[in-house]
Amino acid sequence: MRELTDFKLVPADQQGAATLAFSGPMTVSSLGQADTRLRSLGESFATIDISAVTRIDTVGAWTVWRLSRDHDAKITGCSDEAQKLVDAISKADSNAENVRAHRMPLLTRVPAHVGEVIIGLGRGMLQVVGFLGQIMLSAGSLIRHPGRMRMKALVHQMELVGVNSLAIIGLMSFLVGIVIAQQGAVQLRQFGAEIYTVNLVGRLTLRELGVLMTAIMVAGRSGSAFAAQIGTMKLTEEVDAMRTIGVSPMEALVLPRILATMIMMPLLGFYSAVVGIVGGAFLSSITLGIPFFTFLTRIQEVVPLHDVWVGIVKAPMFGLIVALAGCYQGMQVKNNAEEVGARTTAAVVMAIFTVIVLDAFFAVFFTNIGWG
Amino acid sequence: MEQEQFPIRVRGLRNVFGDHVIHEGLDLDVRKGEILGVVGGSGTGKSVLMRTIIGLQIPDAGEVDVLGDTITDAQDDADIDIRSRWGVLFQGGALFSTLTVAENVEVPLREFYPEITDELRHEIARYKVLLSGLPAEATSKYPAELSGGMRKRAGLARALALDPELLFLDEPTAGLDPIGAAAFDQLILKLQQTLGLTVFLITHDLDTLYEICDRVAVIADRKVIAVGSIPELLALDHPWIQEYFNGPRGRAAQDAQVRHDAKEAKISHDAPSRAGQGEA
Repeated sequence: MRELTDFKLVPADQQGAATLAFSGPMTVSSLGQADTRLRSLGESFATIDISAVTRIDTVGAWTVWRLSRDHDAKITGCSDEAQKLVDAISKADSNAENVRAHRMPLLTRVPAHVGEVIIGLGRGMLQVVGFLGQIMLSAGSLIRHPGRMRMKALVHQMELVGVNSLAIIGLMSFLVGIVIAQQGAVQLRQFGAEIYTVNLVGRLTLRELGVLMTAIMVAGRSGSAFAAQIGTMKLTEEVDAMRTIGVSPMEALVLPRILATMIMMPLLGFYSAVVGIVGGAFLSSITLGIPFFTFLTRIQEVVPLHDVWVGIVKAPMFGLIVALAGCYQGMQVKNNAEEVGARTTAAVVMAIFTVIVLDAFFAVFFTNIGWG
Repeated sequence: MEQEQFPIRVRGLRNVFGDHVIHEGLDLDVRKGEILGVVGGSGTGKSVLMRTIIGLQIPDAGEVDVLGDTITDAQDDADIDIRSRWGVLFQGGALFSTLTVAENVEVPLREFYPEITDELRHEIARYKVLLSGLPAEATSKYPAELSGGMRKRAGLARALALDPELLFLDEPTAGLDPIGAAAFDQLILKLQQTLGLTVFLITHDLDTLYEICDRVAVIADRKVIAVGSIPELLALDHPWIQEYFNGPRGRAAQDAQVRHDAKEAKISHDAPSRAGQGEA
């Protein structure tokens, strides 16, 4: 048990001056409880006696000095050391204000925050369009000077976005294929139409789910990584360093990531659809009695070719959105580490949301042009 | 008694990174109440030595005693219970970027002494910030809004939050302008004298060494090759020490010190009363 600060109020003598006498150590580790009692002290006193104090540090000196300031009391019994501390502290006078960053009361803060979010959304839209414009510009200048294309960075990003995600996307697609086949078969069996499981699996994976699930997975894997990487580079001033050297961050960081994602998305989407079909075929051969290769042959017969095109046309668009969201949010990072996390989250949410909205538009669009 | 005299004792320290031996049989004693400067070429392991002493780096062999506690025996972080008795200033300040300066100073107080009331804690944070030479407005600012020099001062305020006995400083004046660096030197000296600190100071700044260090430890050839005041070190004929203190920059710092001393002597000669006042 550590020693605590103690004090007592010595009542007034003939001259009518009370004394506050401290004893024990007056340090940061011993003052906590005494301070609470000192603050609620109602009586006044004219002298503070610290001659019985065994040890004193700046917190003790601050307490003594604050009391002497507030009660207009004089300090007696200072050792040399205590005197030195009190002198130093008196030069650093302070009131306990301004410790926290300025904060509005709750009733003002909430509407203010809502307003900020709405204005921020509008401004964000504009900024994203502006960012897209910048990308177009640097893509344009790259087309005119193809020698500036960073092939190494592009290939590296293609590996990170595409090749490295094959395993996880494959596993996910295989399982999704199994789920569609199994659930579809249960429903279709009621009409004796189990054979249509093949149509269901084939059309659904190639047309919709393959690309959509891939986009979601890439947003979670790569979009977030883009935001975090670029955001950290912004914090450590690497992006600024690039600019001063004359390297455009757009060309060096953003374009390779966006191109890599746009190139890999159709491939991954198609791969995902194929693995999904294999998953469906696998389940069908086990539980529905449709042989594996018969399933695959039936796919060729029942899935129109335009379903494949629908999937592949959408994929680069989704890739663009995912990479754009990641890079854009990364470039917006400033000030502190917390921002990197917030921006990374925002990148993933923004990417997945936009992809799903766009997918709904695509679904209506393709049906209306006769690719139902 | 031993522990009283030497808050830090390092014996037979060995640090190895892969194949690269950083320290081999390194011994060092830091005396109570002194400012010990640690110098050495880049990559000689000054920062590693500091990290070993404060328990961030586990050495391959050797023993480190700090304030009578054997750091090298600690199994994990929780074992080191003398953390409230030292303060560390990292090179870049290492402030928590999501907290204001005052909140940064409050972190150690909150951690070790939760019984302290909010009011007192705010007051402590505020006077520590002012003691470190920052203006009062700086308390509510975030680290990203401060200049490099101010960040170091804020880092110093946090290092001093618990009134430590030991202060570790890793290149405190690196990256500061000469006026700022000189002011920082004086600040450290003043705080050390007022608070009776023992300071372990890593530096490349020759002016800092001449200005405020009581003794200087030289790290070379994987160990501390010499410890002593600068005149004592100059008397040795180790080539690195000679080059360090008698190189062009070393000479400039020596000349500056000589000029400084001469000026002081002249002032006290011309107007002894004024000099006396200045010191008081």
